[in-house]
Amino acid sequence: MKRAGFWTYGLLGAFVLGSAFPFYWSYLVASRDSGMLTDRLPPLVPGGNFWANAQRVFDSVEFWKALVNSVVVAGSVTFSTVLFSTLAGFAFAKLRFRGRDPLFLFVVATLAVPTQLGIIPLYMSMADFGWVGGLAAVTVPSLVTALGVFWMRQYTVDAVPFELVEAARVDGCSMIRIYWHVCLPAVRPAAAFLGMFTFMTAWNDFLWPLIVLDAGNPTVQVALEKLQSGYYVDYSLVLAGTTLATIPVLVVFVALGRQIVAGIMQGAVKG
Amino acid sequence: MSQTAARPAPSTADKPVVPPRRSPPWRDRFSRWDVKASPYLYIAPFFLVFGVVGLFPLLYTGYVSMFDWELGADHPEFIGFGNYVELFGDDQFYKTLTNTVSIFLLSSGPQVVIAVLLAALLNARLRLPTAWRVGVLLPYAASLVAIGIIFANLFGPHYGLVNSVFELFGLDRVDWQANRFASHIAIAIMVNWRWTGYNALIILAAMKAIPQQVHEAAVVDGASPVRRFFAITLPLLRPTLIFVVVTSTIGGLQIFTEPKLFDAMPGSNNGGSTNQFQTVTLYMYQTAFESQHFGYASAMAWVLFLVILVVASLNFLLTRRLAR
Repeated sequence: MKRAGFWTYGLLGAFVLGSAFPFYWSYLVASRDSGMLTDRLPPLVPGGNFWANAQRVFDSVEFWKALVNSVVVAGSVTFSTVLFSTLAGFAFAKLRFRGRDPLFLFVVATLAVPTQLGIIPLYMSMADFGWVGGLAAVTVPSLVTALGVFWMRQYTVDAVPFELVEAARVDGCSMIRIYWHVCLPAVRPAAAFLGMFTFMTAWNDFLWPLIVLDAGNPTVQVALEKLQSGYYVDYSLVLAGTTLATIPVLVVFVALGRQIVAGIMQGAVKG
Repeated sequence: MSQTAARPAPSTADKPVVPPRRSPPWRDRFSRWDVKASPYLYIAPFFLVFGVVGLFPLLYTGYVSMFDWELGADHPEFIGFGNYVELFGDDQFYKTLTNTVSIFLLSSGPQVVIAVLLAALLNARLRLPTAWRVGVLLPYAASLVAIGIIFANLFGPHYGLVNSVFELFGLDRVDWQANRFASHIAIAIMVNWRWTGYNALIILAAMKAIPQQVHEAAVVDGASPVRRFFAITLPLLRPTLIFVVVTSTIGGLQIFTEPKLFDAMPGSNNGGSTNQFQTVTLYMYQTAFESQHFGYASAMAWVLFLVILVVASLNFLLTRRLAR
């Protein structure tokens, strides 16, 4: 293969700039005041008002509470998804039990079910439980996903040798200890990717939290929507909010980008 | 592992030698139970959660769709397929369905094509390959809400940056919200912005899996790079392309956040003053959670579910045929 030339770098560079631009724009508007938007062509360097605008975000909506809520929701969803997916993946990949293959086929089939379309009865159930408005309503439906189970099963098949599981059994190890001491260490990279992926998805989720939460107890995404839905939109304020909500995810993403990319590419080959 | 089995026998020289004690009976029983029950215990959480939040709601949606079900009504009235009959005479539903399909076509078509090209670029021998891949995937970290708000601002009719740039080049301003087709394009751009890089990485992975010898053989036979791309790379990417197309169909037809936030008058949340960019999921959301007609909204959900199934299967067959 030839070394990449000018055109390859040029096109890729343009694409990456295009990818980054909306983030930059968001910060640009957030660091000035809304007056800049009426200019013919707005200035392309940030101003110095970001912290003032950010302060107004905290004054306008329950942003601290929203941040805490999002951390709690995304954190517990991530923890439970990783735990239950690695457990189920271990069982499907390495344990023998009646009905294993049909059950796994069922898991795969559920990947095609658009769960968004079940939100009406789901909302009715949550209302019956009296959970509407609380974080449990947001957390419980995503405690474990078919994608997570499928992903961990595919990885565990290759990563954990049968011999090791058998040897541990002969030594009198209980199943849960085999999971903990043999399986988990071997599948750690895949579990870490699943964790990052789940956290980002949960942090960015919108439709369901919008339905079950109210303005007094929002997640970050719901709070952002509340900021924007007035009759008069103060874009410096709103985009300061989006910047605040995006920075944590962006930082995590850039720090762990290598693993995330490797994870996506690995899943693609196996899937 | 287990310490008890390895413990040396106590020094009782005067007694006859007994074989080391086997584990006590309760341990054996536990161990047998453990082997039998553990697998089921480990997979149970998924089935429980899926049953409660996936399967049951889907079926129950069908049930609710048979009733005139309003919020707070004690005894919803059974009306059979009444909601469906009404739905098929509902102009707004057709309009939202057309919008959904239009936005879907405008987004997933270009998205797959650009993703394949982008993957080809990333497949070249680059300096810092990982950095490029991370850069391309960047939009994936953004939340849809942030993106919806940012793009609504960029495409604003009066002060939006896109129109300012248009004017700079002597083009006419476009009212991205009021014009039906323009609004679909703007929303499709939002969708593509977020997903193209992600799909490119999935396709890139499949490209990397193509054995180098196949390409080398074609080079020896004198095939040009373009020819090799169409005769070797594309056909071998088929399973991955099917995967990308089908997943983007399922996601694309349920599009909600982008049109909900893409409004010049954000308070109204109705997908445009004449519903010019309202999608089915958005209409369903409003029918259920703003007007509280649960029965009617459920009928919508089921019809959309069937549409998704049909379009996803069509796409599956089409992709299989095209990428022979």
